[in-house]
Amino acid sequence: MGSRPNKLVATGISKYFWMKGEPDPIPALTNVTLSIAEGEFVCIVGPSGCGKTTFLNIATGLLAPDAGRIEIAGKQIDGPGRDRATVFQQPRLLPWRTTLANVTYGMELQRKFDKSEIEDRAAHHIRLVGLAGFERHYPAELSGGMQQRVNLARALATDPEILLMDEPFAALDAQTREFMQAELLRIWSHAGKTVLFVTHQIDEAAFLSDRVIVFGTRPGRLKQEFAVPFERPRTLALKRRPDFLTLVDGIWALIEEEGTRAGLVRTAEATTGEARA
Amino acid sequence: MNADGQVSVIPADAGAAGAEPVRPTESFYQRNEGAIVGSLSVVFVLAIWQAAWSAGRIDPLFFSGPSAIFARLWDGLFGSGDILEHLAFSAQNFATGFSIAALVAIPLGIVLGWYRLPRLILDPFINGLYSTPRIVFVPLIVIWFGLGFASKAFIVFLSAFFPILLNAMAGVRTTDDELLGAARSFRATQWDLFRTVVLPSTVPFIIVGLRQGLAHGLIGVVVGEFFAGSKGIGYLVGQAGMMFKTDLLFACVVIVAGAGIGISAVLQRVEGYFQSWRPSSN
Ligand SMILES: Nc1ncnc2c1ncn2[C@@H]1O[C@H](COP(=O)(O)OP(=O)(O)O)[C@@H](O)[C@H]1O
Ligand SMILES: [Mg+2]
Repeated sequence: MGSRPNKLVATGISKYFWMKGEPDPIPALTNVTLSIAEGEFVCIVGPSGCGKTTFLNIATGLLAPDAGRIEIAGKQIDGPGRDRATVFQQPRLLPWRTTLANVTYGMELQRKFDKSEIEDRAAHHIRLVGLAGFERHYPAELSGGMQQRVNLARALATDPEILLMDEPFAALDAQTREFMQAELLRIWSHAGKTVLFVTHQIDEAAFLSDRVIVFGTRPGRLKQEFAVPFERPRTLALKRRPDFLTLVDGIWALIEEEGTRAGLVRTAEATTGEARA
Repeated sequence: MNADGQVSVIPADAGAAGAEPVRPTESFYQRNEGAIVGSLSVVFVLAIWQAAWSAGRIDPLFFSGPSAIFARLWDGLFGSGDILEHLAFSAQNFATGFSIAALVAIPLGIVLGWYRLPRLILDPFINGLYSTPRIVFVPLIVIWFGLGFASKAFIVFLSAFFPILLNAMAGVRTTDDELLGAARSFRATQWDLFRTVVLPSTVPFIIVGLRQGLAHGLIGVVVGEFFAGSKGIGYLVGQAGMMFKTDLLFACVVIVAGAGIGISAVLQRVEGYFQSWRPSSN
């Protein structure tokens, strides 16, 4: 992995949110430095509120950091770019556009492809995410999982060099989520994109990625990185292997410690003490 | 479904009979329930009213009956044509005032919804004018525009303008930030944002504004003609009242109500056209 050039380099990223009536800002991210190699699949995991979405918004170019910078292919970003596409946590589809028109939407806005290319790419990516036959459906006529596939197709169809994904499967039921994970790996293996995938689910991160970056909270910061050594292609059976579970346990221990420190996880003692009170 | 040899709990012959999906059929009544029930209830009320009128239980000085109103309406429109003349004048007043109000208020509302500074500058005036009953401006408008067409059209304009403006503003301001963010992430320009996100999500608000503006505008035209001038449905209402011509008075009411219902129905069609993506529900 060290041999591949870095695609994305974040250096010393900090972001603070000032709330009305609060004397101090919320330190959403403090001094985060990380890099992602070309073609690498990296997951960020961490408890909610640790700044995952904030980091992704900064990488997307929707949010300016208070300190630090992000370089993509050696060039500092100053806003959204044609080299990136973001899959949001909520599908964020235009309700008045059909599946087809939502998938073409990102391409229309980026103005990277001409009209006939847009049509071809849309048709191709709708098939890729398994939505052939639903081109004329409106978002309200699709299940949550299908909407999320449209969201994914919209981003993939723009042919980004980096795919940024913010807990894209968090709102799905467990079964759909597993299928989508396997499907994402299948698509990724063909497309060979660089992926930054945010999740709060450790097994999802370990299953998908080459490397798991654990964020801590209060203040939001980078805590530790784990290499994920499992060979590819991976199937869902991997999730039951002992070495997989060992890795997940290791990451979980770190996050639990983080949660306890931040008061997110209550110790048995505190719980019983409260019950008595 | 169990090509991979999985055991299915559905008996193998379950698909043999009656498994073809069938679109649920709706009877004529189910499809038109609203229209049927509504018409019946109107017919019922009219029948009772007419019965009381025919039986001589209603004093024509204070009230009228359906047959008399209809006869007066028919004569006024297609016979002597005395109502038609006033109706044409009112319709012209209304159409002019309402069209100008829509043409100005929709773009202005969108601009004020989208740009902060102009909104902050104009907000106090808009709120002040909107909260003031428009009737108090009638004498002033008469001083400015005289007793004829221009002053009536202006009253309609003033009445319809604010509901349209405020709804358009609200529509733009309630545009989903998440959708805007998604569009921005794909490098949407300001114009892209407006064209693909703001405008489509504001259309329903604009339609609501037009419907409210329509109601206010109809009040405006009647009130304006009632208070000043010698022509129009509003003037006719005043005359009919003073001379206890209740059949004429009710005929005017029917006309104004009909205009409201008619234009409202047109707007509903327009709205339906823009809302075809919404899942249908009754
Ligand atoms: N727009 C905002 N305004 C104020 N606080 C925010 C905003 N966005 C995020 N935060 C705060 O920053 C912290 C990190 O948020 P976020 O990046 O959404 O976390 P995550 O995605 O990991 O759950 C949280 O404490 C959150 O309340
Ligand atoms: Mg988040």
